[in-house]
Amino acid sequence: MRVGSTFKIALRALRRNKLRSALTALGIIIGVGAVIAMVSIGNGAKAQVEAQIAGLGENVILIFSGSTTTSGIRTGWGGAGTLKIEDAEAIRREIPAVTLVSEEVVSTAQVVAGSQNWFTRVYGESADYFDLRQWALADGAPFTNQDVRSANKVCVIGRTTATQIFGSEDVVGQVLRVKNVPFQITGVLTPKGLSSQGTDQDDIVIMPYTSALKRVLGGGTTLRNINAQVAGPRDLGPAKQQIIELLRQRHNIREGRDDDFTVRNQEEIAAAQTATTETMTQLLAGVAVISLVVGGIGIMNIMLVSVTERTREIGTRMAVGAHGRDILTQFLIEAISLSAVGGIIGIITGIAAAKIIAALKNWPSLISPGSIIGAFLVSAAVGVFFGFYPARKAARLDPIDALRYE
Amino acid sequence: MADSSAAVAVRLEDVQKTYRTGEVDVHAVRGVSLEIARGEFVALMGSSGSGKSTLMNILGCLDRPTSGRYFLDGEDVSSLDRDQLADVRNRKLGFVFQNFNLLARTSALENVELPLLYGPERLSNAQLREKAERVLAAVGLEGRGDHHPSQLSGGQQQRVAVARALINDPEVLLADEPTGNLDSRTSVEVMGIFQDLNQKGITIIMVTHEPDIASYAQRNVVMRDGRIVSDRAVTRRFDAAQELEKLNEPAPEVVEPTVQT
Repeated sequence: MRVGSTFKIALRALRRNKLRSALTALGIIIGVGAVIAMVSIGNGAKAQVEAQIAGLGENVILIFSGSTTTSGIRTGWGGAGTLKIEDAEAIRREIPAVTLVSEEVVSTAQVVAGSQNWFTRVYGESADYFDLRQWALADGAPFTNQDVRSANKVCVIGRTTATQIFGSEDVVGQVLRVKNVPFQITGVLTPKGLSSQGTDQDDIVIMPYTSALKRVLGGGTTLRNINAQVAGPRDLGPAKQQIIELLRQRHNIREGRDDDFTVRNQEEIAAAQTATTETMTQLLAGVAVISLVVGGIGIMNIMLVSVTERTREIGTRMAVGAHGRDILTQFLIEAISLSAVGGIIGIITGIAAAKIIAALKNWPSLISPGSIIGAFLVSAAVGVFFGFYPARKAARLDPIDALRYE
Repeated sequence: MADSSAAVAVRLEDVQKTYRTGEVDVHAVRGVSLEIARGEFVALMGSSGSGKSTLMNILGCLDRPTSGRYFLDGEDVSSLDRDQLADVRNRKLGFVFQNFNLLARTSALENVELPLLYGPERLSNAQLREKAERVLAAVGLEGRGDHHPSQLSGGQQQRVAVARALINDPEVLLADEPTGNLDSRTSVEVMGIFQDLNQKGITIIMVTHEPDIASYAQRNVVMRDGRIVSDRAVTRRFDAAQELEKLNEPAPEVVEPTVQT
């Protein structure tokens, strides 16, 4: 009934102690700000990982050589040299669900152009690779199936490699020497940025796998892995099974023996990586929530001190006609105002902090409305929860004792 | 017998107050009957432990008697609950305390407005200010409304407290050792204000242990061991205006710093 007056009284009381009110609100500001910043950075990291996994291409199956126990020695993925060019061709030929296949070999090399040189990764791929990874070219054109068949000395390079060697991105038609073999640059890839492991995906030279095997790796027919794309997500499971059966048959692996290759599809990789970032987000949010609770305890502490310090004031208010309920409401409004104002400022600082951190670290930040609303409600609830006990303590004071309190 | 004769402001009928402290009952007030007419200025005296403070708490509706009845302005207030007592204090009583009990870091105006905020009426900020300024002027503090208590002398602070007590046009003004924290000159000034207000018809009940302060009242009630032992009219009553004149030597008025406890 007298909420209006009580509001006036509470706000006057807060104004009387500006510094203390500000410091108390600071606890909530930091708590709410931390929740919003952490959740948005976590969401951003998750989105980045998801984007990178999508960047592997859609509906992609990865086949790695290795992981064999034939001789009792297990090698890592891509290590054993059990995948052959013919395996890739067999997959292309015999599994109808597979639409694109890229044979992959990987090396590192010192590449040279003019007086500049640069150490970079050299990938050998088929001409399908750019479609399969959905990796468009910023400039020029990819190499062709003809280039692959003839093992032509052509390549496309990433932006980092281009700027490191040539100092510009305008490099189509230039010659790049890889292990003293001159390769003509036919195109520059669109930049992809850092991978989830932190490697620069644009620091790369991609050439026909035939050229890589013959001119860079010095011969051989062994692939590190095979990338295959199927028509749709429903084909992933059956196609993976068919590939396993095909390769076991081709590699003469008897029943009961382990595969000498490993097949993974994109969803499995994605699930593992998003699980990691989700854990990180939850961890960050958990720490932030703790700081919010600490901020709430700060409010309770200040309100308790305030009730003790203002005992005579409470007595005076009661003497001039305040009901216990008026005192309770006043202190509750004070606590809620502190936490709500702190919450609003916290939301603003949280968003700002998320943006600044994201800009500095080159992370994306996704500010979710859910975390904003949640943080605000929690901060208001913190005010009610931690404000109630001191407020009730104030309301139950006996006016006679309160007036005589020294 | 509960006649609400318009002339009677306060009537106590055999009021007793007993506190239980552990095993022992402490009889703070042992059967007090007292009638104070409207417009009287009564000093309630007694040494500490005489029960005068307990009686004052009952008169101020801060406490309820264990037995007996208390009529304030004809209304039996001895059995009201906590919130009803708060409303009675707001409407019918004004309090002046020994240590002023002003809100710190709060302007004189806002201090004076305080009882209005807990009153039944909803007033706008302008109405609050206008009322408070009027009462402040009545106690001689025009233009000091924006001063905080720390910027006012002890006498001025007590005047702000008096203004706060008066803002709701109370039936009775209750003063608990109003001069206890003031020097003798300021005490006389405050007594001057009380006598002025009393002249205008306000009933005043004042607790004091200083006989010369009690001499500014019309009637002195003395308590001992929870009972009234003396109730008489003041024969040689002090007039604050005259006393102030006696003090008015050529020395200029000194605004003394105050220590608030």
